[in-house]
Amino acid sequence: MSTPVEPPPEETLENAIELKDVEGLSQGQIVRRRFLRHRGAMAGLVTLALIALIAYTSIGALGLPGWWKWTHTDPGAIVNSGSPSLSLPSWLGGSGFAIGDHPFGQDEVGRDIFARTMKGTQTSLNVMMVISLLAALIGMTIGAVSGYFRGWIDEFLMRFTDLFITFPVIVIGAVLGNFAGNAGAFWLAVALGAITWTTLARLVRGEFLSLREREFVDAAKVAGASSFRIMRKHMIPNAMGVIIVNTTLLASTAVLLETALSYLGFGIKSPDVSLGTMISQYQSAFATRPWLFWWPGLFIVMIALSVNFIGDGLRDAFDPRQKRVPSQRAMDKALHASLAEAEQKAKS
Amino acid sequence: MVVFFVKRLLTSLLVVLISTLIMYVLVDISIDPLDDLRTSTAPNKAQQIANRIAELRLDESVMTRYLSWLKGASGCLYGNCDLGENWRTNQPVSSLLSGAVMTTIQLVALATVLAIVLGVMVGVVSALRQYSGFDYSITFMSFLLYSLPVFWVAVLAKVFLAIDFNNFLADPVITTPTVVIAAAFVGLAISAAAAGPPVSRLRNFAIGAGLTAALLIYFNLTDWFSKPSIGIVLIAVSSVGWAFVVTTLSTGLRNRRALYSALSVAALGAALWLPMLFFWKYARSAGFLGWSLVFGLFILSLVVSAGIGLAWGGPDRTRSARTAALTAIPVSMMLFVDRVMQSWGSFNDNLSIKGRPIATLGRSTPNLEGDFWIQTLDAFGHLVLPTSTLILISFAAYTRYSRASMLEVMNADYIRTARSKGLTERTVVMRHAFRNALLPLASIVPIDIITLLGGAVITETVFGWYGMGRLFVQSLGDQQQDPVMAYIVIVGILAVVANFVADLIYAVLDPRIRVAA
Repeated sequence: MSTPVEPPPEETLENAIELKDVEGLSQGQIVRRRFLRHRGAMAGLVTLALIALIAYTSIGALGLPGWWKWTHTDPGAIVNSGSPSLSLPSWLGGSGFAIGDHPFGQDEVGRDIFARTMKGTQTSLNVMMVISLLAALIGMTIGAVSGYFRGWIDEFLMRFTDLFITFPVIVIGAVLGNFAGNAGAFWLAVALGAITWTTLARLVRGEFLSLREREFVDAAKVAGASSFRIMRKHMIPNAMGVIIVNTTLLASTAVLLETALSYLGFGIKSPDVSLGTMISQYQSAFATRPWLFWWPGLFIVMIALSVNFIGDGLRDAFDPRQKRVPSQRAMDKALHASLAEAEQKAKS
Repeated sequence: MVVFFVKRLLTSLLVVLISTLIMYVLVDISIDPLDDLRTSTAPNKAQQIANRIAELRLDESVMTRYLSWLKGASGCLYGNCDLGENWRTNQPVSSLLSGAVMTTIQLVALATVLAIVLGVMVGVVSALRQYSGFDYSITFMSFLLYSLPVFWVAVLAKVFLAIDFNNFLADPVITTPTVVIAAAFVGLAISAAAAGPPVSRLRNFAIGAGLTAALLIYFNLTDWFSKPSIGIVLIAVSSVGWAFVVTTLSTGLRNRRALYSALSVAALGAALWLPMLFFWKYARSAGFLGWSLVFGLFILSLVVSAGIGLAWGGPDRTRSARTAALTAIPVSMMLFVDRVMQSWGSFNDNLSIKGRPIATLGRSTPNLEGDFWIQTLDAFGHLVLPTSTLILISFAAYTRYSRASMLEVMNADYIRTARSKGLTERTVVMRHAFRNALLPLASIVPIDIITLLGGAVITETVFGWYGMGRLFVQSLGDQQQDPVMAYIVIVGILAVVANFVADLIYAVLDPRIRVAA
C-alpha cells in the first residue's frame, strides 16, 4: 500500500504547465509563440493584411495599375441612382450574392465609392505607417537619452515633453495640419508624427531608468563601451517590448487622429482622398445616400480595431506577468502527471 | 508639502507661458489671413492687401506681435482683459468666449463624471470576474469603443438616436420582439456580472429578464413615454431598495444601525414626495426656483441624512452617517427626476419643441418659453447626444484602467491576509481592494480631461454647440489668430488646474506621497 499522496498546490501546477510550455525556447521564440497563439491578435493581423492587400492592389499604388475597373476620380454614368450593387447571399436575407458594377455605390457625380474608399484606405494606412515610425523613432531617442543620462538633460527633455501634452493632440494637430496638409499626405504624417511621440518617450524613459541600474549595463561600462553602444546594443533590445507594443497602440490612435483632422478640414485636403474627408463630404447626404457614409467609417473602425487587437496580443506576448489561465483540462492533466510522479517516488 | 505644490504650480505656469509662445508662432505659420485676397480679382487688390497687412501688423515680426498679445492677455489677471479681436467682425474675443467657456466646461464636466462612475463600476466588476464571458465581452467592447471615430459615431447618433427616437416618441409602442430581446439582454448581462454556480446564474437571469420585461410592458400599458413619471409607489419601493444596496456595499447588512439609518432616509424621502411638490410650486411662484436652489437642497439632504445616521448612534456612528448620506444621493435624485418628468407633457407639446424633444443642434432651443422645468428638460434633450458620444472613449479608458488596477490590487499580499483573517468578501473587495484600486485613477483623470477637451472639439462641431472647441475650429479655418490663441491659453490653464487638483487629491488620499513630498 502506498501512502496517500497530497495533491500539490494549484500554483505549482500552473508553473509546471508554463515551464513545460517554454522548455528549450529562446525569449524571442517564446514571444513569437505566445503572439501566434493569441486568437484576437491573429484575427486582427489577418483582417489588416486583407484590407491592405485589397486596398493596394485594387486601384493600384506607386503608379502601378490595379485590377479594379474604375478609379477614384472618374465620374461615371449613375446607375440605379447610385445605390450599391453589392448584395448579400440569399441565406443572409439578401437577393443572392452579387458584386456588380459599383459594389459600394456611387456618389452624386457618379464616382465609384469602392475605388474612393480604397484610395482613402491607402492614404490612412500610409499616414499610419509614417506617423508610427517617426513617433517611435523620436520617442525612443528622447526617452532613451532622458533615462540614460538623467540629471539636467532628463529634466529639460521631460519639461519639453510637458509642452506637448498640455494641449489635446487634436488641437496641435489641427494647427500643424492646417499648413502641412496643403503639402500633401506625407508632410501631414510627418507633422503628426512629430507631436505624438510623448507617451512612448515617457515609457521608454521609465524603462531605461530601471535598466541602467542592471548588472549587464555595469559590465558593459566596465568593459569600456561608449554610452551610445550601451544604449544601442544592451538597453534598447531589452526595452523592445515596451517600444513595439506602444508603437502599435499609437498606430491605431494615429488612424483616428488623421481621419478626425481630415474630417474637420485640417488634414488631408481635396483632391486627395482620405476616409475622414469622405465622411465630411458625404455627411449631409446621409438621409438620401447612406452608403456614402457607411463604408469609409466601417473601414476606419476595421483598421483601428485590428491594430488594437494586434497591440493587445503583442502586450500579452511580451509581458511575462500576464499569464494565460490554463484550462481545467490542462490543470487536471498536470495534476495527474505530478501525482503519478509522486507515487513513483513513494514506491521506489 | 506647500513648497512642493508652489514649485509644481510655478513650473506648470511656466510651461503654459512657453507653450503659448510656441503655439503663437505655429498658429502664425499655419494661418494665412491674406488667403481670400490672393485669389481676388478686385482692381484694388494690392491696396486691399496693403491695408490688411497694416491692420493685422503682418509686416512686424512674430515676436513683437506675440509680446503685444501677451501684454493684452496678461491684463486678464487684473480685470483688464484684451485677448484681441476677430478681425472680420471686429468682435472682441473676450465677448466671444463668455458663453463658449461655460458651454464646453458643462459638456466636459458632465461627460467626465459619468465616464468615471460608469467606467469604474464596469471595470471593477470585470476585474472581479476575470477571464469570464463577462470580462471578455467588456474587453472586446472597450477595444471597439477605442477604435470608433468620434465624428462618425456622432453623425450616426444624430440619425439613429435623435431622429428615430423622436419618431418613436410620436407613437410610443414597444413591440413584443423588442421586449423579448431587451429582457434577454439585461438578464444575460446581470447573470454574467453576478457569476456564481449555474443555478444562481439561472435565477439571476430570470430575475433580470423578468423585471425588465415587466417594466417594459408596464410602460406600454400605461403609455409611459407620453406622460412619464416615477410615482410615489415606485419611489418608495426603490428607495428601500437603494437603502439595502447602499448598505450592502458600504457596511454590510449585518451592521443594523447603518441599515436602519439608510431605511429612515428612504422613508423620509418617500414622505417628502408630496410636500416637495407643493414646495416646488411655491418656489416657482416666489421666483427663487433655479439650479442654485436644487443644488442647495441636494447638499441639505446630504447633511440631514448624515445627521440621521449620527442620531442612530452606536459605536461607529460615522459609518451609519456615511451610509445614510450615500443613500440620500439616489433618493433625492429620484425626487428631482420625478418632478422634472411631470413637466414632460407640456414640454413635448410646447410650440418650439413640436414633439421632437431630442435635439441635434445647439445648446438650447431658441425662443423656448417655459419655466425652470421646461428649460431643464430642454437642456437635457440637448445634452444627451453630445455627452453620450463624448463619454464613449473615456468610458473605455476608465474601464481598462480600473480593471487593470483592481486586478493588481486583488493579487496583493494584504488581500490574501485579509481573506485569511476570515473577513467577508464584501469587506475585502470594498474596503481593502476597491479603495486602493482607485488611487492610480487620480493620475489618469487630468490626462483624460485633456483628451475630452480634444473630443469636445469634434462633438461641438458635429452638434453645433457654440463652445470653445467650435470657436477654435471656426477661427482656425477662418484665419483668425486671436480667438485661436484664446482657446489655447484657456485649455492650457484648464490642463494645469486639472493636473494640480489631481496632485492634491493624490496627496490627500495616499499618505506615502505626502511623506515623499
